[in-house]
Amino acid sequence: MTQQVSPQAFALRGVSKAFRYFKLENLSLELPLGQILGLVGPNGAGKSTTIRLLMGLMTAETGSIEVLGHRVPEQVAAAKAGVAFVSDDMRLFSGATLAWHMRFVASIYPEWDEAYARTLLKHFNLRAEQGVKGLSRGEHIKSMLLLALARRPRLLILDEPTSGLDPVARHELLTELMQIVRDESRSILFSSHNTLDVERICDQIAFIDRGRLVDARDKESFLDRWRRISLDVPTGVTLPRLKDVVNLTLGEQLATLTTDRYEPALDAVLQASGARITDVQRMSLEEIFVASVMRSRAEVQS
Amino acid sequence: MHSAFVISQTDPRPLYQQVKDQLRHRIAVGALKPGDEIPSIRQLASDIRVSVITIKRAYLELELEGVIQTRQGRGSFVADNAQLGDSLKEQELTQHLRSALSAAALLHLTEDQLVERLRELRREDSQGRS
Repeated sequence: MTQQVSPQAFALRGVSKAFRYFKLENLSLELPLGQILGLVGPNGAGKSTTIRLLMGLMTAETGSIEVLGHRVPEQVAAAKAGVAFVSDDMRLFSGATLAWHMRFVASIYPEWDEAYARTLLKHFNLRAEQGVKGLSRGEHIKSMLLLALARRPRLLILDEPTSGLDPVARHELLTELMQIVRDESRSILFSSHNTLDVERICDQIAFIDRGRLVDARDKESFLDRWRRISLDVPTGVTLPRLKDVVNLTLGEQLATLTTDRYEPALDAVLQASGARITDVQRMSLEEIFVASVMRSRAEVQS
Repeated sequence: MHSAFVISQTDPRPLYQQVKDQLRHRIAVGALKPGDEIPSIRQLASDIRVSVITIKRAYLELELEGVIQTRQGRGSFVADNAQLGDSLKEQELTQHLRSALSAAALLHLTEDQLVERLRELRREDSQGRS
């Protein structure tokens, strides 16, 4: 088998898919090799639909999809050989043990790493001989993560991986994810509500809401562009009209301004108007996410 | 050395800044010496569980500031400059003095008042120690 060379772990271009009550619209999104992409969005935003399209589990109406250099859905079998996928709503066979699942996955995927699987059993505090029926929800998720990680996939796709995990298991998972990207050719797509995890380990971030991509860029530029500026506005002073203001809250002699195009020159512009800057704060990814989504919804409505 | 890195998501400084500050501090106190090798970007990212792009940014800025050097294919090293530790201590002091200046401005303190406060603190500290 010849390996196609591709600088992207995956690429979606102009992808649309309509359902009765929901439409994914003209989605373009890429993940460079060796990076972690965090897909962040509210419930029903289209995160799982995006992942299902990548996995060839449904077909797009327009646009093109490439995964590990293979066209999807045409070459989905070749693509899937290198992809491991874990979703919150997947289930193991309830009549079998974890050990049975490990043998099963090992028999299908030649890349299976038995030694790593044993290490993960310890890290995740799991017992191979335990029957699936007796697993707690957290243990169930950890078992599926183990089966995915031990395949040593080139692209790991996790749909809400941390939502059912306790803090210790979450810590272990993030550690394992960071081990994966020591290898520059392995990539991870990770959809989550947990913006704190995303902010910490992701290289690329994409916000999605109501089937539309709200914003996507590398994490450092994301966090660099947004600021919340607190101002004293003495009586008689009017703030200048600025075009990149996402939100402006005016109180008595006080104002708070949120911008997604911050640069230090802005401070001078504001001060020249007679206002006094009392604080310039960076924003957390969660705050940026909420502000982006609110603005995007306002734009769609107007 | 990286086991002692403490990266906090409740620290107001951005993650890349925390990485920079901690590397600079290690050099300032002599835990890392000129010419010492530092971990590769992906190694450090995985050890402290912070994204590769964040470590990359920290290393790039430290390189532009002349604190570290990256040699193609050989890794990253503390810059070969014997005075580096002292000059980083100088910079740390300047940074602290700057924040004292802006805090003083908020209280409308004059320069003399600020200097007097500094003298007072120093007297208190030396009395506390004796």
